[in-house]
Amino acid sequence: MGKTLFDKVWDAHVVDTINNGPSMLYIDKHLIHEVTSPQAFSELEKRNIPIARPDKIVATADHNTPTIDQHLPVKDVLSRNQLKQLTANCKKHGITLYGLGHKYNGIVHVMAPELGITQPGMTMVCGDSHTSTHGAFGTIAFGIGTSQVAQVFASQCLLLSKPKKLRVNVNGKLKGGVLPKDVILYIISKLGTNAGTGYFCEYAGTVFEEMSMEGRMTVCNMSIEMGARGGMIAPDQTTFDYIKGREFAPKGEDFDKKVAYWKTLKTDEDAIFDKEYHFDAEDIAPMITYGTNPGMGLKITESIPNSKDASFEKSLTYMGFEKGETLLGKPINYVFIGSCTNSRIEDFRVVADYVKGKQKAANVNAWLVPGSQQVVKQIKDEGLIDIFESAGFRLRQPGCSACLAMNDDKIPEGEYCVSTSNRNFEGRQGQGARTILASPLIAASVAITGKITDITKELQSLELV
Amino acid sequence: MEKFTTLSSTAIPLPIEHIDTDQIIPARFLKATDKNGFGDNVFRDWRFHKDGSSNTNFVLNNSNYSGSILIAGTNFGCGSSREHAAWALAGYGFKVIVSSFFADIFKGNALNNGILPIQISEEYLQLLLKEVTEKPDTVLQIDLEKQTIGIQGSGSSVTFEIDAYKKLCLLNGYDDIDYLVSKMDKIQAYEMANS
Ligand code: SF4
Repeated sequence: MGKTLFDKVWDAHVVDTINNGPSMLYIDKHLIHEVTSPQAFSELEKRNIPIARPDKIVATADHNTPTIDQHLPVKDVLSRNQLKQLTANCKKHGITLYGLGHKYNGIVHVMAPELGITQPGMTMVCGDSHTSTHGAFGTIAFGIGTSQVAQVFASQCLLLSKPKKLRVNVNGKLKGGVLPKDVILYIISKLGTNAGTGYFCEYAGTVFEEMSMEGRMTVCNMSIEMGARGGMIAPDQTTFDYIKGREFAPKGEDFDKKVAYWKTLKTDEDAIFDKEYHFDAEDIAPMITYGTNPGMGLKITESIPNSKDASFEKSLTYMGFEKGETLLGKPINYVFIGSCTNSRIEDFRVVADYVKGKQKAANVNAWLVPGSQQVVKQIKDEGLIDIFESAGFRLRQPGCSACLAMNDDKIPEGEYCVSTSNRNFEGRQGQGARTILASPLIAASVAITGKITDITKELQSLELV
Repeated sequence: MEKFTTLSSTAIPLPIEHIDTDQIIPARFLKATDKNGFGDNVFRDWRFHKDGSSNTNFVLNNSNYSGSILIAGTNFGCGSSREHAAWALAGYGFKVIVSSFFADIFKGNALNNGILPIQISEEYLQLLLKEVTEKPDTVLQIDLEKQTIGIQGSGSSVTFEIDAYKKLCLLNGYDDIDYLVSKMDKIQAYEMANS
């Protein structure tokens, strides 16, 4: 029987297997940040175990950092302490850290790919569930808990049972204005938030083949929102072109050798998946969510469904929505464009394209938070910053920001926020805040019109990625 | 890690589905750099109103219900990988979580902190929820060695699945780090062969 992409990468990393038990999987890259690492460092210290491979760890500060005045000391004492600990821990153990203000600083899942740290065929982990993002490169990448962070510190390995395999195929041509974010919100709305639990997912079909690397990252990023530990897309010429020349990418002959290997990572024709789904690209439209989990999504023109389920009703009560109503025309006061799902340069290009020559609605507070310092630089170099400023927007500094609202970027209680992030859980963007997930394009249109607007017609005449 | 063998306890019913780790422990409490004190903030925004007063409608504030077993709706622990959720539940005193489905990462985090996640059928979950809700002094009995959970005095019990290796870890109170570190020679051999 043939092997899947996942099998090929997994098998190449198994150090040993416990009889009737889990496998020891070797980890090529371990990304860490300030929130989920301190207890792992202390655990090792407590047990007097050294860090096995500090050279395979890269750290960044992102979750708990301010997005303005980053040159000043962080005001919040606890946050400042957490950042200080990260710096001290990295220094003590010789771990590379891209701290606040560093030219490579950024959200962990934006920073690593853009620096060429993420490469096909690798195993990568991070104490963060959206580590699945890196699967866009044909990498086995997944989020781990802090005990597992400590395990990787101690041994560069993890004990894991091999997950089952799932493939989601989307074929055909996407309609104008339908972005990668819509594709993944659509898939999750169809499959639900636990369809992927226990599985690793491969995305296949022409839609993903034709997608840019950044789009693929957006899709893989949200794999966890359907319960899957990770998502993967087979590496191809688009992947190789993206990696080539990046800071930590292999160079010269080394690169060619790697590419020859990366080309072998495709799923074999006769490989079998435990579960498989097929969708038609034409059926996908711009999406928004109306509830408190990412599976509660609909096409922007559709109405909220009817259901008597208690959890469903609780969710609508929290959101302040009625069954059967449309969200079109709902006034929105907050727009967040950022997070590891949609804070890369392509996302800001889409937004800039749309807002060019228009004006931000007076009622809207729009937070534009680039994913990294590199993205900030691109926004400036490409002149997008001027477009944003003339349209009435201000750019903030990189970080997770309102995606999880650990810093000061919180949405006030009861307010709606149309957000390009990945989670619309109760209180995710601040206590009592109501999150509506959408693509950067929909978010931009809301920022301009001040309400949820059907832009599908307008879009048919526009040329967008 | 503490050993886990058997447990008899009353239980707390929380019949909500898709409880995500943001509800178990909201992000604003993740700023600590040690594992202590998270129990005080477990289900914070369900337990307390914004002004800090208790939400008397929430089951943890209902003195009729107590115990070290939490029974929750399907897909418990979805969302963020934060292990702080497991620390918060353990800190509050839970030793077992019962549901008809667990999110992957949460399940691993729970096991790594000596909490046993017990997955049972939706029917049996509904039965337990009903029983415990109506009769708060119902005692549940759990036997990890036999992999059973049941209602004391009723003769009703079911078996549950658990990874054989994880079971051994819980029964003996050791964890993955101990195991992995004992295999460093194999790991180094792998590194040599693959560098
Ligand atoms: S942007 Fe949001 S989802 Fe992404 S790593 Fe940061 S907190 Fe997690």
